[in-house]
Amino acid sequence: MTIYNLYIFDRDGQMLHYAEWVRKKQSGMSRSQVSPVDLREGYLTYCTNKYRLHLFETPSRIKFVLNTDAVATGIKELLHQIYTQVYVEYVVFNPMCPLSKPIESELFAARLDEVVRQSPAYASRPA
Amino acid sequence: MSGELFTLTYGSLVAQLLKDYENVDDVNRQLERMGYNIGMRLIEDFLARANPGRCYDLRDTADKIQQAFKLYLGVSPSIGSWNPGGDEFSIVLETNPMAEFVELPDHCLGLRYSNILAGIIRGACEMVQMEVMVWFIADQLKGDNVTEIRIKFVKRLEDAIPAVAEEAEVQSAVKPPSSTRASPCWSGFRTEDRDSQRPHCSAHRVE
Repeated sequence: MTIYNLYIFDRDGQMLHYAEWVRKKQSGMSRSQVSPVDLREGYLTYCTNKYRLHLFETPSRIKFVLNTDAVATGIKELLHQIYTQVYVEYVVFNPMCPLSKPIESELFAARLDEVVRQSPAYASRPA
Repeated sequence: MSGELFTLTYGSLVAQLLKDYENVDDVNRQLERMGYNIGMRLIEDFLARANPGRCYDLRDTADKIQQAFKLYLGVSPSIGSWNPGGDEFSIVLETNPMAEFVELPDHCLGLRYSNILAGIIRGACEMVQMEVMVWFIADQLKGDNVTEIRIKFVKRLEDAIPAVAEEAEVQSAVKPPSSTRASPCWSGFRTEDRDSQRPHCSAHRVE
């Protein structure tokens, strides 16, 4: 399993953060419809034969978009963890971090990287 | 953490504001504003910790506000006094932890001591697309039996995403992305300001 990259958008669609672990510029043929798994929980995913995109949206409309290889699992949990343990703790709890501007905190970026690298879905080799 | 420390810290904040403004109406306004800024951030912590999901009606919202009171203030207020239209309700606190050890002196009778709560509720609701009005209708500090906060649903705030997102993409194709990111969006306190800034804001982005 491999994690490619992550985008965080605010409620107005502005990008707050971009992080990249493995980038393979491949789109592939779409294999599935973009269909909400469970709207109440704000999680959505679609898959092509090259990658899978996962979207987690909080009720406050912050969006976390993570691209992985097609077989990665447990990403919903990982995105929730990124929201609760990284975004909330290092951006929301930091009064010096404006909420509607790109995130400049290095602590945030470092912690995000750590959480992703420690997740079971992360493997350093592209599959 | 001890609730007393919080209560006393809030008390010194109110005392300081009274010293700074010398006018209870200004203090009420400042407390509401500070609360609004707290609520904007506190909602994220609430969503992350309690994982309550979206609200589908105002009764749902009322339950979640009750839950938040439990989480942050350690009290369980009762919810009630719904108006016939179902867009207005009360939160009734038997005891108000913010106002412990407090007595209002005579020259402060116009002060809404716990007004920060009104701001917090308004700010938090706004972040989940609900514009609400919040005000105190009973206060134990003023001799009432309970403290009662009234909440009125005003309107649902709509997203203004698609147009802005497209413009941002077009712009990032010609300019370095940093300029897109740095463009200030709204940071006002009131939704009217926010709405009046929007057109200006998107016009700025197209340039």
